[in-house]
Amino acid sequence: MHVLSPEDARLVDGLRAGDDAAFAALMRMYGAGMLRVAQMFVSSRTDAEEVVSDAWVAVLRGIGRFEGRSSLKTWLYRIVANTAKTRGVREARTVPFSALAAEGEGELAVDPDRFIGSGDRFPGHWGAPPQAWAPEPELLESEALDVIERAIQQLPPAQRAVITMRDVQGFTAEEVRNALDLSETNQRVLLHRARSKVRNALEEYMR
Amino acid sequence: MRLDRELACNEMVELVTAYLEDALAPVDRERFEEHLVFCDGCDRYLEQMRATIVATGRIDRGHLPAELEERLLEAFRGWRAS
Repeated sequence: MHVLSPEDARLVDGLRAGDDAAFAALMRMYGAGMLRVAQMFVSSRTDAEEVVSDAWVAVLRGIGRFEGRSSLKTWLYRIVANTAKTRGVREARTVPFSALAAEGEGELAVDPDRFIGSGDRFPGHWGAPPQAWAPEPELLESEALDVIERAIQQLPPAQRAVITMRDVQGFTAEEVRNALDLSETNQRVLLHRARSKVRNALEEYMR
Repeated sequence: MRLDRELACNEMVELVTAYLEDALAPVDRERFEEHLVFCDGCDRYLEQMRATIVATGRIDRGHLPAELEERLLEAFRGWRAS
């Protein structure tokens, strides 16, 4: 159950009044996210920017009717997603994510060699457990974020879409399921595979 | 509390997402948490997964390309004037 935050309510009022500052604030908060949503559905960066541009027209047309029953972020991103999907269907470029739900079938979260084999006293237990990640100074923190960003970019499309929406953009599981037309199990499995790979990438980096 | 079957670490790492999503059946949740008490490796793995999720939430701090934002601003001003 969403309630429009006071900040978002002010934004919406400001937009309706044609206030430049409201425009700037909306771009700052949601601009990059809107482009990221578009990129989940169309392959080229140019196309994604055009999707955002087209979606923005729909946003302006609809802002007078927006009732705040969903959050502003959800409403904006949904318009972008619908715009992207329409364009994708026209250009026959998108594949429904439900068809990609089996992506990564058989992948394991951690290299099986790191666990003790079945002949031993403690089969399946850690042989090479995770080492502590030392706290890093600020400089390295942005490098760690680059590692995560790269790891996400290398994911297959449905895994990339789910982890982007859930962990990068903060959508709920239900919102992601509805947006990408996935069952609860599919969504969770895709998220699991994606997160496992990202954690592995960070572990490599931290070594 | 006696559990019928302990979880092995290679099972734990496959259950971690379901655990964090609160999607484990109560019996499995108990087994999961019991294992954490006695296993540093899995405890650390869970903490690293949590840290990964938090860090992932920080990557979307970018902004639109200037030229695109300029286009959107023009559309906004055009709309406001109509």
